[in-house]
Amino acid sequence: MKNAVGREIPEEILKQTGKEIFRGSHYYDGYVYKKDGPNTKCVINSGGSKLLASLREALEKCGIRDGMTLGFHHHFRDGDLVVTMVMEEIHRMGIRNLTICASSLGKAHDSLVEYMEDGTITGIQSSGVRGKIGRAISEGKLQGLAIMRSHGGRVRAIESGEVRIDIAFIGAPTCDDYGNCRGIGGKSDCGVLSYAMVDACYADHVIAITDCLVPFPNFPAHISMTNVDYVVVVDAIGDPDKIATGAAKPTKDMRKLMMADYCTRFVTSTPYFKDGFSYQTGVGGASIASTISLAKVMKERGVRMRFGVGGLTKPMCDLLINGQVDVLLDTQDFDRDAVSSVKDLHHFRISAGEYADPFNKGAVVNKLDFVILAALEIDTQFNCNVVVGSDGVITGAQGGHPDTAAGAKCTIVLSPLLQGRSPAICSDVTVVTTPGECVDVVITDYGIAINPRRQDLIDCMEGVDLPFKTIEELRDIAYRIAGEPERVQFQDRVVGIIEARDGTIMDVVRQVRPFAFREDEK
Amino acid sequence: MEIMKAAAAGTLESSDCQVVVEKGEGEIEFHLESAVIHQYGNQIRKVVLETLQKLGVSDIRITVIDKGALDCTIRARVESAVYRSVAQTEGIPWGGIVQ
Repeated sequence: MKNAVGREIPEEILKQTGKEIFRGSHYYDGYVYKKDGPNTKCVINSGGSKLLASLREALEKCGIRDGMTLGFHHHFRDGDLVVTMVMEEIHRMGIRNLTICASSLGKAHDSLVEYMEDGTITGIQSSGVRGKIGRAISEGKLQGLAIMRSHGGRVRAIESGEVRIDIAFIGAPTCDDYGNCRGIGGKSDCGVLSYAMVDACYADHVIAITDCLVPFPNFPAHISMTNVDYVVVVDAIGDPDKIATGAAKPTKDMRKLMMADYCTRFVTSTPYFKDGFSYQTGVGGASIASTISLAKVMKERGVRMRFGVGGLTKPMCDLLINGQVDVLLDTQDFDRDAVSSVKDLHHFRISAGEYADPFNKGAVVNKLDFVILAALEIDTQFNCNVVVGSDGVITGAQGGHPDTAAGAKCTIVLSPLLQGRSPAICSDVTVVTTPGECVDVVITDYGIAINPRRQDLIDCMEGVDLPFKTIEELRDIAYRIAGEPERVQFQDRVVGIIEARDGTIMDVVRQVRPFAFREDEK
Repeated sequence: MEIMKAAAAGTLESSDCQVVVEKGEGEIEFHLESAVIHQYGNQIRKVVLETLQKLGVSDIRITVIDKGALDCTIRARVESAVYRSVAQTEGIPWGGIVQ
């Protein structure tokens, strides 16, 4: 069946998953449902401690068994040691057929491929997958379907009961013996625990794993003792150097600086750019550069930002230090400056649900004026792909891309026209992750295209001195330079689903086919 | 032209390609590694074969490790490798078979 972005979703996948095709971003607006709830084992006896001697003991007490679904968060990013530590222990216990439901997976988890191959892990649900797991999924090594969900979509899936997490593992930089977790302090300081909050509230069993036990009460707690069953202390839950890196040096790449300049001039020419506006940006070189150049224009024109959202980096936190923004709302910290900024009274932690869940009574993304994003591919319908690489292999994550794009009044995607030889602007993206109806502007080094659905933006750019082009013109320039690309060759087998925010199917990812030359041209 | 000895041209930098030519076994033996092989594999082969044809080379083993080079770059690297293999550095037919 063809969905609202023109993608053919195979009947057997709809049947197998019980999901519907994507019918548009607002299809579920106003939908009423009853939230799921966890099985809760009450603790009434006074005193006591939830500390256990080992991870093994905690797993046994939670009744670990074949077929369970396990929740993990990715605040330790490439420095995460928790997922691997837990899975190694479970593997030693001989438990099989497990589904990992993580807020994201990356290079830190390359060693899990072995467990996919031997049937320990048969399901993966994640924002996306970087590193070797992505390649293994694309090569068909996972028995079940991989499900790629946005950050908001994951909260929806858990709260609605579509996914039931049997055991959630919460890597906690600091924790007391009764399970009060904080994202800040200790050896593995990651600032916030936003993505883990929904796991704590909805998983049947919750195990806090920490490398810094502190005296009770560890307050204010980011994850409350009221949701935690057991606490385990280990040597290390993360590699601090890989959790939060030093701030990225501002880019010197002229192409990116030019795109950042275009972006700032576009933003400041819209009616949304006025005192009290709101803004979110990603961590790419051009996005960061555009925050820096926007801060300059804000200062010149005396315009103040009401709130900034992220995925935060130093340039966003500098706005707070320099008094250019009232508050920051934080779901993740990408560098040490962001981690230490969380200590500021006006830098607030929010849960992934508050940030982006489409199935609550309204999330922060809905209040955004601007979001500045990147993409691997953008097609002439403005559909974006942020998950599958030009070689057809799963290599990225949805993150908050579809959530913020749907919520923001002005969604801007920055991308160089060519990424190496691959045209970023193309006729048809390999897979759709963010629907074109949510993408308003595409800014490249060769020009800017405004989505024709946004006549209002086109009108307000009249007389603005920027290189406006149609999206088709941008694609044609790319094809003229690089040649028209052929489509990646896939096999029939579907290995993954790109889930829309609302749980419908946006697209499917198929197993890659090794490249073969066309015979006729020999 | 006849390949006299193994020769190479190009680098493994992004947007370049490295071309290695060696004596063949009576025909053109073509090997390609490319990050964009799905999108441009057929096109790269076409450009390499056309360039060899122009140079009059039909007995060669040619290996291209492509890092996203454009057609013009691929053509130039193939021509350089072939001329290096016959140790010709003077009298390159600029504007003739080498455009």
